[in-house]
Amino acid sequence: MPASAPAPTDSGHPLAPIPYAVRSTATETPDTTTLVIEPRGTRRISLSRPGQFAMLYAFGVGESPIGISRETPEGRLVHTIRRVGPVTKALTALTPGDTLGVRGPYGRGWPFKEARGQDIVIVAGGLGLPPLRPVIYEIFAHREAYGRVEIIFGARTPKDLVYYDEVQSWRRRTDIRIQVTVDAAGRDWYGDVGVVTTRLPDARFDPTRTTAFLCGPEIMMRLVSEAIQARGVDPHAIWISMERNMKCAIGLCGHCQFGPVFLCRDGPVFPFADLAPLLRVREV
Amino acid sequence: MTNEEHARIVERIREHPFFRGFDEEFVESACADAVERRFWAEEVLFREGSPSKNLFVILEGKVGLEVGSSDRPELTVQTVGPGEVIGWSWLVPPHRWRFDARALKPTLTIALDAENLRHTLSRRPEWGYQFMIRFLPVLAERLENTRIQLLDLHAR
Ligand code: FES
Repeated sequence: MPASAPAPTDSGHPLAPIPYAVRSTATETPDTTTLVIEPRGTRRISLSRPGQFAMLYAFGVGESPIGISRETPEGRLVHTIRRVGPVTKALTALTPGDTLGVRGPYGRGWPFKEARGQDIVIVAGGLGLPPLRPVIYEIFAHREAYGRVEIIFGARTPKDLVYYDEVQSWRRRTDIRIQVTVDAAGRDWYGDVGVVTTRLPDARFDPTRTTAFLCGPEIMMRLVSEAIQARGVDPHAIWISMERNMKCAIGLCGHCQFGPVFLCRDGPVFPFADLAPLLRVREV
Repeated sequence: MTNEEHARIVERIREHPFFRGFDEEFVESACADAVERRFWAEEVLFREGSPSKNLFVILEGKVGLEVGSSDRPELTVQTVGPGEVIGWSWLVPPHRWRFDARALKPTLTIALDAENLRHTLSRRPEWGYQFMIRFLPVLAERLENTRIQLLDLHAR
């Protein structure tokens, strides 16, 4: 926050943003930054289900819905933000000590508890990984409660891979399979090259008892969902997380309407079966 | 090549996903003049424009398919690994590779001789048909992947 802006105060109203301070920042990719934030006062938001999002308010600029990538035991929140407009530009320009407003958490998260006992397929495209990170850690924490676990992570190029070191550390685990692929690469990349769908044939899971969690660009989620469905997985067991412009985030303004649903209130996580017809319609 | 080496190659080709279930006589015939070829990491299998003399059947490792031009660095557009085959340039004239292929890690392949393969396929049209039915999905998948790449899944 610019030094001249008045310090925001906490009004206590449920829709008023709660002041948080930036504790640290990390550059993930040339246009993506991770913020670790902590409450300035006693009020804070608490994640009730991984996959939820919060409205982050850059004072004087505006609000943007950002998935919660992690909540630490001390109540800090981790958000990974890509610069795409004025609000995200302002948020990613914050430095330690700056203040921002936070309200939420909003939305239905991932139904990972219902997925216990099942094989799990997680497919993340680009910035789809941060909202799925809590699911991955939930699975790590209760690994024995799940069957096979396949994680596929794709990005446009190697420099667009977020959480690279963390993903490398996951690769050392022998109780999950993780495939990382990029759409194109230079000669300094020795990993897989090809769109995420090319890695699916290698994924091992029993389609009759599989739950899939997908997050990323819509077209990627549609193509991956269709490919997983073609392997025999029930489209009700394929969960996708949708992104749209949001304003109120509580089902009042209609900004996030997608066909008959409001993404903020009814989602952002949905079974593919519910949205499949809409995903094929242009400009919904 | 000793009979033993030939028998080992036939065995490995028979087990390879691309050839699994093929007529035994065809596999035997397709493997005439086939050799096992190992590539070190970074070693080039072939370069764009060079004569396409083999169908490479990958057994182990990883190969990057690259495109490049004089004014920009090579770009890897796809990687292929065990269970897959590389190349169709050997099948149709002018029998020249359309891209570069480079091993990204130590890679073991069986290089089937293209001339022998073409001859084998044209000698028995039912083999040719079977082979094309098997090869078409590989081509279709590569085409589909290129189409998806063009859609730029990660565009914002
Ligand atoms: S953002 Fe207002 S209804 Fe969803």
